[in-house]
Amino acid sequence: MATIEIPTPLRPYADGQSVVQVEGTTVSAALDSLIETYPVLAKHLKDKKGNLRSFVNIYLGDEDIRSLEGMETEVESDDALVIIPSIAGGV
Amino acid sequence: MTKSHTLSFTPDLVEQLYTHCKEGFPSEVVGILAGDRTVNQVQKIQPLVNERADTNNRYQVNGLIVYKASKAIEANGYDVLGYYHSHPNHPSHYSEYDREHALPNLSYAIVSVMNGEIATLQSWRLSEDRSRMIEEIIHVH
Repeated sequence: MATIEIPTPLRPYADGQSVVQVEGTTVSAALDSLIETYPVLAKHLKDKKGNLRSFVNIYLGDEDIRSLEGMETEVESDDALVIIPSIAGGV
Repeated sequence: MTKSHTLSFTPDLVEQLYTHCKEGFPSEVVGILAGDRTVNQVQKIQPLVNERADTNNRYQVNGLIVYKASKAIEANGYDVLGYYHSHPNHPSHYSEYDREHALPNLSYAIVSVMNGEIATLQSWRLSEDRSRMIEEIIHVH
């Protein structure tokens, strides 16, 4: 099974785990698998339209999935995904 | 408003924070608050490069840079407690843009810099439902 690394501030909503095993052959399916197990994560990772929040990035190895095939990027069973939020704000 | 969390600084670290914010004026500056999560005590200020320093009202740092900086901080025995940024010529209350880009369980300290001088420091935490940010008490000792 592929894995997803959870950012530290969101680990309390994933039973404190840093890495979670997920099912699915695309990033979209893998993320859905994560959210199905830990539903509270959904509002922090996705906006009200169900799209990945603009500041939430998912990396497959060293590649941002937005520079690959986005949420349809294929995931192999031994792949390690990492959720990496950027930080942004201001007046 | 209930202030249920605290964020503690030593006077030296507040001075470092203020110096960074003043040096960056009139642009926004940004950095990491590192320390001991069990007591939310800041023990290190880690400035980051603001990718939106061309504006006076935004900050942004690429996720991979934040990720690598955070890993380095953790490797040195600190926790990432949250982030700080400045609001040039604007109050230290969070903006809606700040709230939309926040995550829970982190401190977001904001320094108001008015005409180049430090005005106020406040710190905020995102509510669990993402609807607002809750001010936390700042201790300097």
